[in-house]
Amino acid sequence: MIQPAKPDLVTVNIDGKEIAVPKGTNVIEAARLVNVDVPHYCYHPKLAVVGNCRMCLIEMGMPAVDPATKAPVIDPATGKQKINWIPRPQIGCGTNVSPGLHIKTTSAMVKEAREGVMEFLLINHPLDCPICDQAGECKLQEQATSYGRGYSRFVEQKNVKPKRTQLGPRVTLDDERCVLCSRCIRFSKDIAGEDVLGFVDRGSYSTLTCHPNRKLDHNYSLNTVDICPVGALTSTDFRFKMRVWFLKQTNTIDTESSVGVNSVAWSREGALYRITPRRNDEVNDTWMADSGRLLYKQVAAEDRLKSAESLDALVAKAAELFKTSAGSIALVGSGRSSVEEQFLTKKLATALKASVALVSRTAAGDKLLISADRNPNVRGALVTGLISALPSARLAQLAADIDAGKIKTVVSVGEDLIAAGLTAAQLAKVSVVYLGTHANPTSIASKVVLPTLTVFEKNGTFVNQQFRIQKFAKAVPGLSGAQDDLVILSKLVQAAGGHETASEVNALWPAIAAEVPVLGTILYRNLPETGLLLDRSAWAGLPFVEGETLHYKPAQPAATATA
Amino acid sequence: MSAPAQRRIIFQHIDEPGYTNDIACYLKHGGYEVLKKAVTRKPEELIDEVKKSGLRGRGGAGFPCGVKWGLVDRKSGKPIYLIVNADESEPGTFKDRYIMYQDPHQLIEGTMISCFANNVKQAYIYIRGEMAEGARILEKAIAEARAANFVGPNVLGTGYSCEIYVHRGAGAYICGEETGLIESLEGKRANPRIKPPYFPAVLGLYQCPTIVNNVETLCHVKYIVEHGGEAYTKVGTPNNTGTRIFCVSGHVQRPGYYEFEAGKITMGQLLYDVCGGPLPGRTFKAVIPGGSSAKVMKFGERYKGKRKIGADMVDYDWGVEDVPMDFDCLAMVGTMGGSGGVIVMDDTVNMVEALANINAFYSHESCGQCTPCREGSLWMKKITTRMVHGEARPEDAALLKSVADQIPGRTICAFGEACSWPTQSFIAKFGDEFKTYHETKKTVVEKTRELV
Repeated sequence: MIQPAKPDLVTVNIDGKEIAVPKGTNVIEAARLVNVDVPHYCYHPKLAVVGNCRMCLIEMGMPAVDPATKAPVIDPATGKQKINWIPRPQIGCGTNVSPGLHIKTTSAMVKEAREGVMEFLLINHPLDCPICDQAGECKLQEQATSYGRGYSRFVEQKNVKPKRTQLGPRVTLDDERCVLCSRCIRFSKDIAGEDVLGFVDRGSYSTLTCHPNRKLDHNYSLNTVDICPVGALTSTDFRFKMRVWFLKQTNTIDTESSVGVNSVAWSREGALYRITPRRNDEVNDTWMADSGRLLYKQVAAEDRLKSAESLDALVAKAAELFKTSAGSIALVGSGRSSVEEQFLTKKLATALKASVALVSRTAAGDKLLISADRNPNVRGALVTGLISALPSARLAQLAADIDAGKIKTVVSVGEDLIAAGLTAAQLAKVSVVYLGTHANPTSIASKVVLPTLTVFEKNGTFVNQQFRIQKFAKAVPGLSGAQDDLVILSKLVQAAGGHETASEVNALWPAIAAEVPVLGTILYRNLPETGLLLDRSAWAGLPFVEGETLHYKPAQPAATATA
Repeated sequence: MSAPAQRRIIFQHIDEPGYTNDIACYLKHGGYEVLKKAVTRKPEELIDEVKKSGLRGRGGAGFPCGVKWGLVDRKSGKPIYLIVNADESEPGTFKDRYIMYQDPHQLIEGTMISCFANNVKQAYIYIRGEMAEGARILEKAIAEARAANFVGPNVLGTGYSCEIYVHRGAGAYICGEETGLIESLEGKRANPRIKPPYFPAVLGLYQCPTIVNNVETLCHVKYIVEHGGEAYTKVGTPNNTGTRIFCVSGHVQRPGYYEFEAGKITMGQLLYDVCGGPLPGRTFKAVIPGGSSAKVMKFGERYKGKRKIGADMVDYDWGVEDVPMDFDCLAMVGTMGGSGGVIVMDDTVNMVEALANINAFYSHESCGQCTPCREGSLWMKKITTRMVHGEARPEDAALLKSVADQIPGRTICAFGEACSWPTQSFIAKFGDEFKTYHETKKTVVEKTRELV
């Protein structure tokens, strides 16, 4: 037997393969480590174990010991310690590893048990796969194919249940497809903290529904759709829109707050269809807020900025302004820009000798996956040196400078200056160069508008509240008439008299790594999909606004620590 | 061999003329004397008496009561709860009901002794929803006992305090399963819990150590503490100590409850001598010995094997009539003593129709939590219902057996066994009736028409 490498590891035997796994691991997770699939429905790694689907039944045994002496009993046939196999199958999800545990996942008993459970799950299932949105990512389909018998013996009437219940504004339920695994109930109650779902009736007539006078309307309701192993809970937005196997998956980052939820954008032929969370055990587990999933709609929004003029013509206009107002230019950067964009924004500020302000965006956090800082990348601006203090919500200094006549041109990287506290009269006094994706009062009042791309149309990185740098990738091609922010910024830097810089993320990173100390060893293409924690000690003293969220505890303020 | 006399320990006063369920009558018959003595003894002594007695739980599983008490986690520092399982729901069983309706103080005294022995400060009587009257009787009885200082703060001046609360179920069989009961008592759906980790003795009610005992079991505790564990072992047979109450229903001349020493009476003596045999002109066909979930016994079949008597292994060759009525002997012949509900069927009963009835019950009572029981119980019901409605197929017998075989041993609680054992045993023993039922059904329909 392989000796456990660490004291908190236990050695188990799964289908004849020995593996050392951490104490407290259950059999499903242990088997995963040796690439053995233990099929399951109700078990979810981030939810409480209830053991009700019975799909993960496995055969289990423990090494035999003499009851009196505790000495191992040796099987004379093999010369090894005898294994006492339990005559009844056990659930893998509810069984934690113990030293010497033996598991069989392919024995006749296990095969028969799985076939039985699969048959039971399917007898009252409507088998409406041809019109079911889950088809292609349905555990019932997959496991029926892998572990079922492949034929039905059921000749009775199937149970009839409600087919299209609106559980809430975003979730539609087909009760006939439900396998009663209770994942959604546990998620709502234990993770989202909203105990709204439950079963009524009993036995095979059990029906999922909301508690009386309640709705599944919390901001995490769509996670129930993600974790539903079958097609029972569907997203009202995505329902009947597209077959999932046609969709391309691109890793992206949720921009709605500094949590930096890892997500996946699902697209086809340049159009986005849905956003789902991507597992990152250090950031968002497997969850995501509903609000972040709707952000893809901004890509095809009516009010997207685009320009018929060539980029060079637009940049020339900006260059003209830079020349005429040299020495009296202000720059408003953004906590929504990527690290790369902020790096170039800083270069632009240096070239223009312009002051830099950032606009903060704060609102109450939800203690789960939306933090109080609604900018995804304020820490990126700190890391790149674009700013050295935390931004405020209103551009008071800029307003004062405009009123004093010190500023003639303002370059805004995606920030609506009116929303940030400037008046229309103040804006009228200056020329504005606006880089942005969507129309707003500032873009309307601008002399030069440079249409840019949304997060789904470009590559880049954000630094979240943990100082974890995480990358996002381009899911769909950029809008015609808009340009990548990096291309625009690098041209503006040159127009302002700065050095030529790369305008593509991979090409830009060596320069970033060379100039930004904490990013010294990083290259964009080497960045892990789950991100990389940066050394945050340089900013430890700043009064960040975030409260506690999942996997994030704010540093204790000094005042309360001594109290 | 004629039947032995009844030995009424628990049912001593049931249906006794003039015996009422108020405390005055109970005290007149020596009530609460055992509790008075018990509270002067050390709790560990009382537990030892119960361990010594070999008392096995009367709810159905026959798990030794002393062992159950011994498993309770007493080091956690959490309170220990005692729950009286009064959710008597197994079809064919009606013993606890008599105790609660006619002799509630016996239960309260047994409960208080058990609470004192286990240092329980709060006990719950979880009573079946349909027994509204019983709940009222118990409430009244507890109030009386409280007024007399047998229940409540500072019991009998000893400084020991314990409250008993009555909680009514909402009418679900699964609430009789102890972890389902605990969930229900906590105000949730009675979905039984997975074991491990939720063994009631460690993580029971409100995640505290909990003892769940049947009504009759606690009454036996009172008797044991009164007479001593040693004396109790003299009643009944080794490993099946004490008396058992048999609730005989169905096709016998004198159905009813009968209390005998465990293992001292055979099935034949019970049915023929005590219950008067079959109705005139009929013969016995089958009997379910321990509530409807126990496997059926077929008259005419033989049970052969060896069994231990004292130190010797002795051959046995029994017919149904010869089987001694105790946990071990009934287990040896492939069924169980269960809750003591003896359901008798004579030759007028068609086994397909009897099973359709049982399947209808279990499919209605499955909580629906885990797949094999939820889907299997309803599937079996749909098959047997279809059969009795004239759509039987010869292959249904094999299908029923195969469905039933996919359930037991794969579920969270013992309901998987309860719902599948009837089908398994009916098909195994009366398979021909199922295979030919499509023919039988035609003639049955004919006959019925003639009567009309």
